[in-house]
Amino acid sequence: MKKKSLKKAGRTVIVYNLMMLPGLILLIFFSIVPMAGIAIAFENYKPGAGIFHSKWVGLYWFRYIFQLPNGVQVIKNTLIIAVMKIIAGLIVPIAFALLLNEIRKSVLRRSIQTIIYLPHFLSWVVLGGIVKEILSLDGILNRILGSIGLEPVFFMAKPELFRGILVVTDIWKEFGFGTIVYLAAIMAVDISLYESAAMDGAGRWKMLISVTLPSIMPTIVLMATLSLGNILNAGFDQIYNMYNPLLYSTGDIIDTFVYRTGLVDLKYSLATAVGVFKSVISLIMISISYYLADKFAGYRIF
Amino acid sequence: MIEYKNRKNRIVDLMLALLAILAALVCIFPVLHCTALSFSGAAAADAGKVTIWPVDLQLTAYKKLLEEKAFFTAFGISVKRVLLGGGINMILIIIMAYPLSKDKREFPQRNIYMWFLVFTMLFNGGTIPWYITIKNYGLLDTMWALVLPCAVQVYNIILMMNFFKGIPKELEEAAVMDGAGPFTTLLKIYLPVSLPGLATVGLFVLLYHWNNYFDGIILMNSASKLPLQSYVQQFVVSVDAKQNMTTEQLLELAKMSSRTLNAAKIVVTMVPILVVYPFLQKYFTSGLIMGAVKG
Repeated sequence: MKKKSLKKAGRTVIVYNLMMLPGLILLIFFSIVPMAGIAIAFENYKPGAGIFHSKWVGLYWFRYIFQLPNGVQVIKNTLIIAVMKIIAGLIVPIAFALLLNEIRKSVLRRSIQTIIYLPHFLSWVVLGGIVKEILSLDGILNRILGSIGLEPVFFMAKPELFRGILVVTDIWKEFGFGTIVYLAAIMAVDISLYESAAMDGAGRWKMLISVTLPSIMPTIVLMATLSLGNILNAGFDQIYNMYNPLLYSTGDIIDTFVYRTGLVDLKYSLATAVGVFKSVISLIMISISYYLADKFAGYRIF
Repeated sequence: MIEYKNRKNRIVDLMLALLAILAALVCIFPVLHCTALSFSGAAAADAGKVTIWPVDLQLTAYKKLLEEKAFFTAFGISVKRVLLGGGINMILIIIMAYPLSKDKREFPQRNIYMWFLVFTMLFNGGTIPWYITIKNYGLLDTMWALVLPCAVQVYNIILMMNFFKGIPKELEEAAVMDGAGPFTTLLKIYLPVSLPGLATVGLFVLLYHWNNYFDGIILMNSASKLPLQSYVQQFVVSVDAKQNMTTEQLLELAKMSSRTLNAAKIVVTMVPILVVYPFLQKYFTSGLIMGAVKG
């Protein structure tokens, strides 16, 4: 009897492995094989010669990045935009989750939630198109500015405004969805904490500061830590769908630079080198953030 | 919850509610504005009279859109992509999340697989090697290029795996006692009680395929093979980002394009999401939270 069940357990493990197999093969073909293409960054790659017959140039392209006049600017833009988004992306969802929690009518609360989650599910193609329309010279925003006597602004030709526009529209798309995790944390707060605070005569503002906020602090710290991994993710999709050459000075980021250098100008080696630079730093940052999240909040991805 | 009865609190309640409603309106405004534009007369739209309600209501833009065959070809390609790509994604998510939801005693190789999956999620060779690899496989300009490279979605597998972990072990033990193998257990026991989880990852997968424009732009050489979002991206959204243009040229271009027609294209691109979203919304918050709970 025992032998039979052992045999069965062995067969189950084999089936488990078989279940993993198709996905594993696909990952090898489409994730692992491209990693070999990183070699392109260390070569003077010529499509005709291929990876194996192009000339090896070592770290030439990596040094070249920092000699490019716009190379350093692109890295700077990436960092500035990403950090602005990380900070705003923490504060706004937390504040809004606290606000939603104060709304007593559950029908109203749920309707608002339904609406504010929606932009998260729309693509930057769609939203970029709408944002450009709203901000265009004869778009609705300029009509409003005009009606209060202000000169129209050609928003999409002003590099000094672009980063602000990116952060505001990014928040607009994502803050609602971002509240989910904080709302879940607020729901989990022990109700007796509120009861004893009420006993002590605490008003709702006092409760928010001394009960709710401290209770969700672990979640806030966790989300802040995890966002470290996004330090070089300034948001390709958003910028690609909103920028134009007039905005490169403040809005061109590593990912858009890689796209144009590699796939438009066909400088494969330079583009790959920039991409590898980003991938390696991102991997290090994500690993650090996961390590910290595990150490201080007991968070594990699996 | 503790009840507040006094007047001051009711005023505060009202203010907070108004603030939240205002934020929700700001969220929905661009979508309403674009929809209103698409149903408005061209003259009214250009004169900036349209806010969130159509002015000079008409279907001209949509009639014009109907003549643009290429748009609907792209729409069809996107539908095909969602069905084929999404189907493959869901099958792989289910059959990979299930064994990974077992602990190390039941599935000794689990952690090796897990590390491998997470590594492929966190690190990649970048856009250029990805493009060259798919080109070398001869997949450019085929539907497979939009479906196979993203067939294994690690994030969704982890979400589903955590969902499976939350299902009581007793259910499985009873089935195994009756002689059920892993596939039977998965199909008969796990899937029927996992509807919120399946709806959540299903929504994510659907959105991934419907919303993805970048792979279409890179991997499809002929315009007739572009999925919808890539098509709209190329012919509506970034016509002005193509070459180096001066401010004057940009202005000229903005004048020439028909904003009601462009708005109509954007609306049609959004509609499938707006239709599916309310049905899946009630699942995904609970699915997402349960999926995030560590087993």
